Amino acid sequence: MEKQWEEMSTDEKQEELFARWMSPKDPQGNDLKFQNPQAEKAYKERITRIKDAIQMKKLPDRVPFFVVPSFFPVYNAGFTPREAMYDYDKCCMAFKKFIMEFAPDAQIGAVAPGPGKVFDILDYKLYSWPGHGVSPEQPFQANEGEYMKADEYDALIDDPSNFFSNTYLPRAFSALEGFKMLPTLTGILEIYGVAFNFIPFGLPPVQATYKALFEAGAEALKWAGAMGAHNMEINAAGFPVLWAGFTKAPFDVIGDTLRGTRGVMLDMYRQPDKLLEALEKLTPIMIKMGVGVAKMNGQPLVFMPLHKGADGFMSDEQFKKFYWPTFRKVMLGLIAEGVVPNPAAEGKWTTRLEVMQDLPKGKTLWMMDQSDMAKAKKTLGKVACMYGNVPSDLLALGTPQQIKDYVKKLIDTCAKGGGYIVSNGAFFDQAKVENVKAMVDFAKEYGVYK
Amino acid sequence: MAKDLVNTLADLKEQEAIKIVKDRLSAGEDPLKILGDARKGMEIVGKRFASSEYFIPDLVYSGEILKAVTELVKPKLTTTTESKKLGKIVFGTVAGDIHDIGKDIVVFMLDVNGFEVHDLGVDVPVQKFVDKIKETSAPIVGLSGFLTLAFDSMKQTVDAIKAAGLRDKVNVMIGGGQITEEVRKYTGADAYGKDAMAGVTLAKKWIGTD
Repeated sequence: MEKQWEEMSTDEKQEELFARWMSPKDPQGNDLKFQNPQAEKAYKERITRIKDAIQMKKLPDRVPFFVVPSFFPVYNAGFTPREAMYDYDKCCMAFKKFIMEFAPDAQIGAVAPGPGKVFDILDYKLYSWPGHGVSPEQPFQANEGEYMKADEYDALIDDPSNFFSNTYLPRAFSALEGFKMLPTLTGILEIYGVAFNFIPFGLPPVQATYKALFEAGAEALKWAGAMGAHNMEINAAGFPVLWAGFTKAPFDVIGDTLRGTRGVMLDMYRQPDKLLEALEKLTPIMIKMGVGVAKMNGQPLVFMPLHKGADGFMSDEQFKKFYWPTFRKVMLGLIAEGVVPNPAAEGKWTTRLEVMQDLPKGKTLWMMDQSDMAKAKKTLGKVACMYGNVPSDLLALGTPQQIKDYVKKLIDTCAKGGGYIVSNGAFFDQAKVENVKAMVDFAKEYGVYK
Repeated sequence: MAKDLVNTLADLKEQEAIKIVKDRLSAGEDPLKILGDARKGMEIVGKRFASSEYFIPDLVYSGEILKAVTELVKPKLTTTTESKKLGKIVFGTVAGDIHDIGKDIVVFMLDVNGFEVHDLGVDVPVQKFVDKIKETSAPIVGLSGFLTLAFDSMKQTVDAIKAAGLRDKVNVMIGGGQITEEVRKYTGADAYGKDAMAGVTLAKKWIGTD
């Protein structure tokens, strides 16, 4: 009899998630029909290659390669970011063209641009998007702010869900103003707690908020339908989707989402204990978020974009005190459930590498942007597979020959003994097609393990 | 013993620094002298940042302390004497890009190092740079950008400066997350700075104080 999830060891859980990734399902839960036997073979070979690179137990047949873009596929298909965010068919067309053109070992679906109309309905303030704060030709960009005030740590720590629903969401989305009036649901106790707590739902601002939610939900569902169909088609053509979903390092939840860079940095001085307590409180929530998407989608990799812990953003001492401990706990929590965390170390993390290598071997996958890769191979690279480091400036402005030389150097430095995947280092919008092509073609040719 | 505002601020002791300022003000001391000390403290902060003893959180915090000190001192100021500045710089994040963290750090460092910085903010249209250069006659222009799309905006800005006949009157520096020598060549800028201190070093070199 097959083992139940709870009875499995950590290794078995990871194997199980890889096995489920290897056998994708259609929306009805049946085995996905591949376009042809070659596509099925290619799909399985790609996952096997990635799995071998990550687990570091045996060498893959060749160094795998990814292309992990921001809006590049959209520009490359001749669309504007505005079109990609408002016309889901165009968005899927762009990403399909991109995948067929470069045939990467894994891809990230077409979800990155997101549904512009949903953001319109909710009047999202944390981001500006094409046609709403930035021009139709520009990608979306974040507007940091103090969506949580300096004196609200206790409220966050006492009840994070309530803080998000009643305080954070109304500030981050104009259309969710009505949530400020929501009752505390844990007050619905016994028959006498019921009616009082339902009064807010009769009030016009709360009802207006629910109306916006229904509209946004309907639109999100429409978008999800388009994305799901796209993923199935791309899977069936032999290309696995890399990530089950995402989660974050707790420090970035506070620094990116709630307090902003300035806010979180002042908190490091003015209320370090409150900040540390909040980071601990967010840790199990971030674990649950990552484990949840991995199990739901039946695949092991969960993306973690890293921001405020980069070199320069804080000292090594501050990194060790504020950033690393709860980030590591989240990774270990994910690993315990068979999930493979995929942090993206955006910017430079060279001075953090010694600290970051304190992880179990073969359980994580790292996207590296501008860190020193020779040093990375000798530290983090001993326990973890890494991809990336092909620079944005070369992809946008260099020549195919420069790209080949760079990729050769990377493979020579990082791929020995496995544990490296060729890829761009940062999510990019602009690049010369011939340069991206040179990166993947050369990786395929030069990256064969003999 | 008289508490030393310069070092208290440089060591980022917020409460102590504020107390010293209050004490000195109530003792009737010249507010300009207090501001002068605060400025010296900030110079030390800048030096520590340059030598990687301080990082961005420390800069942000020192800025907050300075703000608090300035707010205490301001009402007591009867005369304003502008301290002599090293030179003018027009600065901004280029069109289409709204990232400001990197730009703000460089502007801060240029400011504490004695430059008069005209910060145009983010998503700055090409013409606005040109107009500001004309208005201020600033000899240095700083262009910031985080996105790969900023490469083109930077190039367009440099081209517009050229078209306005100002190119030989200014030195242009660029900087940002993905900026390299390769990008500098493409944009036609004079130099790129890999971090905030590199920007200060360039500005000092161009203005002839180094």
